[in-house]
This record gives sequence, C-alpha cells and structure tokens, in this order.
Amino acid sequence: MILDYNLIWENLPLYLNGALVTLKVLLISLAIGLVLAIPIALMRVSRSPLVNFPAWLYTYVIRGTPMLVQLFLIYYGLAQFEAVRQSALWPYLSSATFCACLAFAINTSAYSAELLAGSLKATAHGEIEAARAMGMSRLTLYRRILLPSALRRALPQYSNEVLMMLQTTSLASIVTLVDITGAARTVSSRFYLPFEAFITAGLIYLALTFILVRLFKLAERRWLAYLAPRKH
Amino acid sequence: MLHGYGSSILDGAWLTINLALTSMTMAIALGLIGAAFRLSPFKWLAVLGEGYTTLIRGIPDLVLILLIFYGGQDLVNRLALALGYTRYIDINPFIAGVCTMGFIFGAYLSETFRGAFMAIPKGQGEAGAAYGMSGLQVFWRILVPQMIRFAIPGFTNNWLVLTKSTALISVIGLQDMMFKAKNAADATHEPFTFFLTAAALYLMLTSVSLLVLRYLEKHYSVGVKAAEL
Amino acid sequence: MNKTELLGALALCAASLLAHADEDSLRIGIEAAYPPFSFKTPEGNVSGFDYDIGNALCEEMKVKCEWVIQEFDGMIPSLKVRKIDAVLSSMSITDDRMKSVDFSKKYYHTPGKFAMKSGNVINDPLVDLKGRKVGVQRSSTYDRFATEQLEKAGVSIVRYSSQNEAFLDLAAGRLDATLADIVNTDESFIKTPLGKGFALVGPDINDPKYFGRGAGIAVRKGDSANVARLSAAIDAIRSNGKYQQVMARYFAFDIYGE
Repeated sequence: MILDYNLIWENLPLYLNGALVTLKVLLISLAIGLVLAIPIALMRVSRSPLVNFPAWLYTYVIRGTPMLVQLFLIYYGLAQFEAVRQSALWPYLSSATFCACLAFAINTSAYSAELLAGSLKATAHGEIEAARAMGMSRLTLYRRILLPSALRRALPQYSNEVLMMLQTTSLASIVTLVDITGAARTVSSRFYLPFEAFITAGLIYLALTFILVRLFKLAERRWLAYLAPRKH
Repeated sequence: MLHGYGSSILDGAWLTINLALTSMTMAIALGLIGAAFRLSPFKWLAVLGEGYTTLIRGIPDLVLILLIFYGGQDLVNRLALALGYTRYIDINPFIAGVCTMGFIFGAYLSETFRGAFMAIPKGQGEAGAAYGMSGLQVFWRILVPQMIRFAIPGFTNNWLVLTKSTALISVIGLQDMMFKAKNAADATHEPFTFFLTAAALYLMLTSVSLLVLRYLEKHYSVGVKAAEL
Repeated sequence: MNKTELLGALALCAASLLAHADEDSLRIGIEAAYPPFSFKTPEGNVSGFDYDIGNALCEEMKVKCEWVIQEFDGMIPSLKVRKIDAVLSSMSITDDRMKSVDFSKKYYHTPGKFAMKSGNVINDPLVDLKGRKVGVQRSSTYDRFATEQLEKAGVSIVRYSSQNEAFLDLAAGRLDATLADIVNTDESFIKTPLGKGFALVGPDINDPKYFGRGAGIAVRKGDSANVARLSAAIDAIRSNGKYQQVMARYFAFDIYGE
C-alpha cells in the first residue's frame, strides 16, 4: 500500500493555513462562549423560576439539537430573509467566519453554562455563609467568592469542553471556511487522495489535542494546586 | 408550508433513528471490549484500549467519517484485489455509517463503561471468584448487571451525542433527516424553514430519549438510596 | 435483547456487508442536485436530463441500471473503489480527469458562464474579477479553471459541496459571482425567484484544456467494455430519436453541440 505523500507535502502550506484558521475560530468561539456562559450559569442556579426557566430552555434547546443544524440555520437560514440582508448586522452575518464563530460560541455557551452551574451548586455552603456574615453584597459575593472557586472547580470538565470544541470547529469546513478539514477536503478532491488527505488532517488535530491537554495540565497545576495529591 | 417535502423528511427521521440504534448496538459491543481491555492486567491490551480511545477523542467526528468512508472503502477494495477477489464488495452507505458511528462511539462508551466498572465494589468480583466462577462468568453475571446502574448517566450523555452526530453522516450522502432537509432547502431555496423543522425533530428525539433513559435509571436504581443533599 | 439475539444481529450485519452486485447490472453515480440535468422531485424521486438519458442508454444496452446518489466530489473516488461503475452526472471530459478515469463519447456540450448581479459587465474575467469573490462547486471543472487561472490572477475562490449552496450565497451577497454550467445556472438560479436581479454575464467559458469536449460518462480506467457499449448506445439513441425526445423534454435548443 504505497501512500502518495509527495502531493500532501507540497500542499502543507494549505494545511498550516488551515490550522491557523482552526485556532482562530476556536479561540474566538471559546472566549465569547465563556463570557456568555457566566451570566447564563448564574441564571441557572437561581431559585426563582422566572430567571431559571429561560436559561434552562436556552441550554436545553442548544444541547438538544445538532451543531450542524445550528450552523446551517445561522449561515444559510438567516441569509434567506431580505430583512436580515438589509439590516445593520449584515456586514457581520455575511462573513462565514463570523457565522461559524457565532454558532460555535452559542453552542459552547450552553454546555459551559451547565458545567459552571453544576460547579456553582457544588460550592461549600460554609463559604457562602461566611461571606454573608462578613456583610458582602450579592455582587461582591459572586465576584470574590463564588465565581473564582467555581471556575477553578470546573477546570477539568472545561478542559474536556475545549477539546470537544476543537473537534467541533471541523464543521466550519462545511460552510466554506478553509480550516484543517477544509484543507483536507480541497486536497482530497483535487488529487483524488482521500485517504492521505484525511489522515494528515487527523494527525494535525491529534497534535493540537496533545498540546491543549498539556496546557490544561499546566493550568491545573497552577490553579488546582490545592487539590493535588500530597508529594511527601 | 413544507412544500410537500414533509413526508420525505419523516422518512429521513426514521433512517436517523434506525442508524442511531444500530450504531449504538455496535458501540456497546465495542465499548464493553474496550473497557475490558483497559482494565485488563495485560499491559499491551490496556495500551491498545487507551490508544483507541485517545485516537477517537483526538480526531473530529467529521474527519473520521470522511476518512473511514472514503479511505476505508479504498482499503477494503485494495485488500480484496490483493487477495484475488475481483468482484466488487458492495458496502452500502448505511452499513458504512453504522460502522463509522459504532467505531467512534465505541471509544466514548469504553470510557463510560470503564468508569462504571471501577465503581463496583471490589468485593463483588472477589466473591464471584471465591465461588469458583470463571473470569467470563464473573464478567457477565456479576459485573455487567451492576455496571449498568453506574453507566447510565454517562450512557445517556453518549446516546444524546450520538443522535446529534448522526447529522454529520449526511455528508457522505446517507439519506438521513439532515440530508433530506438539505435537499428540500436546496430545491425550494428556503433553508430556514427546513433546518428549523429538522432542529425541532432532533429536539423531539432528544426529549423522548431523556424520558426513556430517566425511567431506566429509576428502574436500575431500585433499592439504592440517593445521596441527600 | 439477550446474548443470542445480539450475536445473531451482529452476524446478519456482517453478512449484509458482503452483498455482491449483480454481474449484468450497471451502478451509475448521479448527483441529483444539478437541475435540469439531475434533481429530486418533492416526492424524493430522481429526475432530469442525465437521469432520463441514462435510463434510455440502459434500455438500449439491455442492462439493469442501478442509480447511486452521492456528492459530486465523491464520484471519482467511488468509481475507483468500485462502489459505482459509471458516473453520469454532467461530468466534463477533461485531460486531467482522463488521468484517473476513462470516458465514453460526449452526450452533451455546454459552456460555463458567470452569474452576477445584473448590470455587471465582464470582458476579461482575469482582469475584471480581480479582488472579487467567485463561488464554484468543489471538484468541478469550474473549480479547476478557477484554481489554476482565476486564483492566480488575484481572484478569491470559495468552494462549495453543492452548486446550490453557491447560488444561495450569491443571492445573499456573500459572493460577487458564481461560475458554473450555463444551463444549470439558468434553470436553477436565474429563472427562479432567488435569482431575481441576477444575470448570466461575460464570455462563454470554453477553454478546452479545462472544459474539454463536453460531458461524458466516466468509467474506471481500463474498463474498455463499458466505454464501448456506452458510446455505442449514445450513438444508437441519437440515431433512433430517443435522445432528441429526452432533450426536448428539458431544452428548447440543441444541447449536443457539434
């Protein structure tokens, strides 16, 4: 089984550019997603059904429908309406990168919000009582006690979410973006070498996954040092 | 409203459910094997199992689907030719889809099952051995039934992810719900209508699954008291 | 289900994997997303010029035809791995493709054309489209032309899995132009409500190096038996009038070319 790697080697710049696109989309989506997730998570832990219900509905619908459908709805679906095309948002919605990032950000915000909500609920009650005893206002309580510890506790599960997001970005290739998967599809269709083209893409994703896993181990060492097993 | 494409989308929905159930069956089989490998005392089996899981979790589903479908077919046929089998082996897209999804989710399930097996008190397995049961008997009669209860939360998650991932199979031309919705959208130039319909149908599928699995969890947790928070 | 049922089901799956195709049938790949050549009716059936011609040819050759619907950029890979035996999906006969597959004679020949907002004028695509975005279908001859000629001249090329997606984006304003077959563009875009305000613009894109000698039926390299009988069948239906009958169903002009 002779794999024709010469053509792949010649097209490596396409793959590398693709990797840059993947990372760009990943970082933007994660950043926006996390920022969106915090308020939604806070809504989810609220005891008032008026606040909890909309957040629950949001995460339920987003987590209950495939990412591909959400992406198509935002990219092709919205563009169908004349009103959208004339609106002020159009310069943004017409860009494939924007649409992909928006769809991914919404998706990760739902999953991250549930994650954070679980983490918030697991806060030791003593900490909250102590903060209240010290006279902290609601906002200060969230800002200085709840969120920092919840975010830390969520780190292992969030690392999983980030890895899943890396895989999800491959869907961007379906809406014309030339990320790693897009590069592989272009090469595969141009030279009729599907096997080699996709194995290369797979290897690049694996490499990125390993790097991210390493980075998260370092992050855990820094921020979850207090949970590490005793060394002596 | 659906311009007559409604029945075709429902056909696709039926295929989606079919695909999901069949792949899950294959995934359960592979998951049990994978978990057994990873918990096995033989180092090389454990490494094999871990390699399988790492590979699948490190490569996007879309890339795996494209690789297994196009590359896998190529491989099977090259092998067949090498063995002198000149008539073509027909792998229909449904089988290809099932094998792909089963292979991918077998890896995720092996993680879930591994965690579930590890949650069973060690005494159970030891008691079985003390009674003279063989390894296989201990596995099937003692470990697996008890593992189910621990595996259900993770299994629920995996099932939901599987049903949504089936949407990606439309990329290799399998005429599932997503493919049919896309066809309708292309023909009528109304993508919003049809993708919204698809979204609603997937949501129904998810909701029904959650209800069924919640019932199963209650059934398997009979006699076990939940932690009082 | 219990153990035996599970094993039985798995065995059945394995057995169906090895289903053999009938010797005297022809498995033909078709895209079914390229009106008026191939498309799907609301009931889900395939229809179109390619489909009808294919059925006429099979009738002529007295062979059972099995149609396999799949994406255009997967056609040649599927042909190579023997998933299908022929491709009858408006695939142009080009030197490049002939490196991987063999072709029958042509069964029609139409040039490519740009579609843009009405009022645009293109005299020389390489100059007038510089810096603009042009959409093409991945793996098509238009893709190759765009990649090797237009992209090098500074035109930005966006690739899509299906031609329809490109039209959607053109209508939405994400593209400045699309490059595709003149008939397909006219039928499935310009003449539809989506294509209001758009027109076929510029010269006929006909460079033989990329667009070859019309659309033919692709078969595996070395499959001279199929090349011979398909070409003979094409001649037969042209002489006995069947070709003209099918053509009249879809076109008001002669699409065969010289």
